[in-house]
Amino acid sequence: MSDLLLPPELRYAGIIEKRKNEDGSELSILNLGPTHPATHGIFQNILLMDGERIVDGEATVGYIHRAFEKIAENRPFYQITPLTDRMNYCSSPINNMGWWMTLEKALNVEVPKRAQYLRVIVMELARISDHIICNSVLGVDTGALTGFLYVFQYREKIYEIYEEICGARLTTNMGRIGGFEREWSPLAFEKLNILLEEFPPIWREFENLLTRNRIFMDRTINVGPISAEKAISYGFTGPNLRAAGVDYDIRVMQPYSSYEDFDFEVPVGKSGDTYDRFCVRNEEVWQSLSIIKQALSKLPEGPYHADVPDYYLPPKDEVYHNMEALIYHFKIVMGEVPVPVTEVYHPVEGGNGELGFYLVTDGSRTPYRLHFRRPCFIYYQAFNEMVRGQMLSDAIATLSSLNVIAGELDA
Amino acid sequence: MALENSVIQQLLTDQFDTVVSDFQQIHDILTFEVDSSEIYKVMLFLRDDKTLRFNFLTTLCGMHFPDAAPERQFSVVYHLHNWVDNVRIRIKCYLPADNPTIETVSSLFLSANWQERETYDFFGIIFASHPQLKRILNMDEMVSFPMRKEFPLEDGGRTDKDDRFFGRTTDNC
Amino acid sequence: MSDSKIITDAPAPEGFSGEGFFATKLSDVVGMARANSLWPLPFATSCCGIEFMATMASHYDVARFGSERMSFSPRQADMLLVMGTIAKKMAPILRQVYEQMAEPRWVISVGACACSGGIFDTYSVLQGIDKIIPVDVYVPGCPPRPEQILDGIMRLQDLVRSESVRRRSSPEYTELLASYNIK
Repeated sequence: MSDLLLPPELRYAGIIEKRKNEDGSELSILNLGPTHPATHGIFQNILLMDGERIVDGEATVGYIHRAFEKIAENRPFYQITPLTDRMNYCSSPINNMGWWMTLEKALNVEVPKRAQYLRVIVMELARISDHIICNSVLGVDTGALTGFLYVFQYREKIYEIYEEICGARLTTNMGRIGGFEREWSPLAFEKLNILLEEFPPIWREFENLLTRNRIFMDRTINVGPISAEKAISYGFTGPNLRAAGVDYDIRVMQPYSSYEDFDFEVPVGKSGDTYDRFCVRNEEVWQSLSIIKQALSKLPEGPYHADVPDYYLPPKDEVYHNMEALIYHFKIVMGEVPVPVTEVYHPVEGGNGELGFYLVTDGSRTPYRLHFRRPCFIYYQAFNEMVRGQMLSDAIATLSSLNVIAGELDA
Repeated sequence: MALENSVIQQLLTDQFDTVVSDFQQIHDILTFEVDSSEIYKVMLFLRDDKTLRFNFLTTLCGMHFPDAAPERQFSVVYHLHNWVDNVRIRIKCYLPADNPTIETVSSLFLSANWQERETYDFFGIIFASHPQLKRILNMDEMVSFPMRKEFPLEDGGRTDKDDRFFGRTTDNC
Repeated sequence: MSDSKIITDAPAPEGFSGEGFFATKLSDVVGMARANSLWPLPFATSCCGIEFMATMASHYDVARFGSERMSFSPRQADMLLVMGTIAKKMAPILRQVYEQMAEPRWVISVGACACSGGIFDTYSVLQGIDKIIPVDVYVPGCPPRPEQILDGIMRLQDLVRSESVRRRSSPEYTELLASYNIK
């Protein structure tokens, strides 16, 4: 078993020497290296190839390890949000909201209904933008660049909505403990309504380009399949698991932030191959659009943040005129807020699956330990098993459909 | 029909007696401690028992307590999830500082493979009979275990940082 | 739509023109050709890579600056766009990619992480790629907006346009490469 501790190149070199095919050809090693046009992010796969077929593979990750968990032990709670942004950076509002919800659980803060509905809207927007990237880039990897160009236009519209809410496009750092930092401007709602009108026909067009396209179907059906039992054992969650036939969705299992008020379906595939993953993500975009419509129509009036002066920074003009606001501002920034000694685990349904935050506090303003349960890291282990016996270009399509985001893989 | 925490506690103590201990409800998750030498058997029981049915290992992580007693300096924390009854539990195993070794659970749950490698990489906790226990996120040549509390966050080799701007003095650095 | 006149011709370099001919310096012509056809190698590691994808897409189109073809092979690329955090595990690979690029080559470091390590002041992150390769343009931001990335490319175009044809064999350049131990 210590053979597996060798670097994969050496181990495969040993196998190549021992094994010869009947026609005299040899196996070869291919380095699907960290810099590769099709690996969206930095991770390496060293593959043992028999011509075009993959015999075995080993993944090396860690090329973008930025030590998030170590950084989090040295930062006050509100400074950890930019770190959570940069995990799954295609859908950063989901990460942010998940972190705030974890803190609210630990600090026993109750979030008002309006803030919860607004959180749902922004999380579903983020899910749409994540699935847009995954599916359009799957199209690019199988050779269809047009879909990517069409739908990326609408990602710009989603970015404009984020800018109205929090000022940033990609790494949003959105929200506070207990809600949002400011009320959403009327322009944000206007842009949201325009998006809800203009985007569905475009997404329908994108689906029409690829879903019943003969070439795309031949490239993706039965490519990289995984059975449901194997997927559960490997820790799959999210669209990849739902494509294998298991309808596990945290928004339904353990609803957070008022998801139980909304009526949506959880799309499920059959065989867990690339085509099913593509179709599940497509359908999830439709479900997300429906959730946003429901949330907008039922949006209650009320405060956009909880009344917790201990944790929520007071408005700046009050800080300059009001004694209590000044004191609270000082206490929050200097870290003298009451933090209970507890541990809490809170999962949210991220773009890739169950994104969990395990927070252990010790009463000081920085966490004692913060562990991120990153879905990409956990399901990427199964990649080599999924592509064993397939051809190299199938491996590229599988990798693309798994939506492995390097920031979440390595953290 | 829900699986009550009292039922879980009862079944575990009936089967394992003093190996499991310290049952607490922390927020919404039942947390208990297991002797680190028996973790494989406990997890097998949790996974295969017809009432308990904890079929999913959510996450596995390590922790370091440099201020605790020497035989409880490291711990491995497992979160398990029962999908049929929607119940989560948290298991903690404490390990001594001089020999932090624990049995691997990667044969029960395949997702533990890389998570145990990550825990080894960060804390130096050895997982016995793990098929491939080598570093995963940090560089292979690294000798120290960065998530331990004594390891500094920042790179010591920087020459361009002026400590005056960071408020750092010899006392607080 | 604005009423301003849309300029479709790049201004001609300074020179002397007459009936059927145009005389200018060789370096001006070469500079103009190089500046308007920079083929990038997108070395995208993290979040800045997604902003680069937005730059590549139709809204902020980088192809109108000459970067029509993204070359992923270092031998066929002119400029190396390093976007995202470079960890110390990745540094040798970045160095190898830079060394494989053929002259003339330029490097743009996009994003705070590539310029200086960014918010990740940790043991595993390289604090700036200029510790291992020479950089021509730094684009700050976390992540920089696509307009900023395009501005960086435009500044690089100014550099390229005004570069002397003999720069790559000049003693200053050789000394610069020697300081990074690049052969």
